[in-house]
Amino acid sequence: MSLRPTHEIHNRRFGRNLGLGLVLVAFVALVFGLTIVKVTGGDFQMPKAEELN
Amino acid sequence: MTDASIPTQATAGEAGFGDYFALLKPRVMALVVFTAFAGLLAAPGSVHPLVGFCAILFIAVGGGASGALNMWWDADIDRIMRRTRNRPIPSGRVQEGEALSLGLALSGFAVVMLALATNILAGALLAFTIFFYVVVYSMWLKRSTPQNIVIGGLAGAFPPLIGWVAVTGEMAMEPWLMVALTFMWTPPHFWALALFMRSDYDDAGVPMLTVTHGRRATRVHILVYTILLALLAVGMGFTSLGGPLYLAVAVVLNALFLLGAVRIWRRDETDAEADNFAVERRFFRLSLLYLFLHFGAILAEAVLRPYGLGGWA
Repeated sequence: MSLRPTHEIHNRRFGRNLGLGLVLVAFVALVFGLTIVKVTGGDFQMPKAEELN
Repeated sequence: MTDASIPTQATAGEAGFGDYFALLKPRVMALVVFTAFAGLLAAPGSVHPLVGFCAILFIAVGGGASGALNMWWDADIDRIMRRTRNRPIPSGRVQEGEALSLGLALSGFAVVMLALATNILAGALLAFTIFFYVVVYSMWLKRSTPQNIVIGGLAGAFPPLIGWVAVTGEMAMEPWLMVALTFMWTPPHFWALALFMRSDYDDAGVPMLTVTHGRRATRVHILVYTILLALLAVGMGFTSLGGPLYLAVAVVLNALFLLGAVRIWRRDETDAEADNFAVERRFFRLSLLYLFLHFGAILAEAVLRPYGLGGWA
């Protein structure tokens, strides 16, 4: 069997891994942004210290 | 593992990223995004743009997940039908188990994320929509009753309601009217398709109306549903969703749609075969434009309202 440095399967795997990687990065960014929006929005309140004890 | 052990043929689990994306039925997702966006903007009140974006995204992912589960369940008939033979599972690019895993994982992800980003009711409605499409439509109705399209159409009709609830957190009459519009539009849309894709559904044994009740009855059904749809669509113009622009769009489109349905009703199979179902194909293409422009007009009314231009007020 002749070997080539990059087989078509390699390309497909790379595309799949790259796609999944980008999706995960985008998801992290989205959750971060959503957290900022929720925390700075009017409907979020930090629990009072006395309620925590 | 060395390169010497890598097989030269495409094997299970070696699908490309695009193959997994194709499992999510991108074209259906586009419709879901558009109608959910219309519901989100038409709703009274507002949300932060990022929350709105997340709501649409997770509704779309939920819709895509149900598409993957539908492809997993229907893989056997997809292999038979010409229209679906090149889908990722029948073509061998993706394994059935992969589609099931992806569908289940994305369903749970989309429901939880939508509930966290917006509210519990929106998440619950998305969960119900996925359940309805996969279990009620795909697993139960599709292969057991010729009314499969009618009842199953409800699942595809829910996105504007979810978009609305994502903003308001409660039910109202207006989003249900949008649900009713897509619900009533689905049967004539799919029955027109079934008329000119005749051998596909016959071969797969899917009890479409064309197979169980005949093609004449299907033509009558298309006309009846189109009349009911036209009454609903034009009537919506006088609710808080409508306005002069929506009403104008609805009157023109429904006149054209009714004309198409009457033409389909008046034809017999000899006429249809003579011109290769030209009228039925035209009606199907118009049905795509019909839904797009109705929701586009609802969207336009909602966007113009803050400037005093939309709606009747």
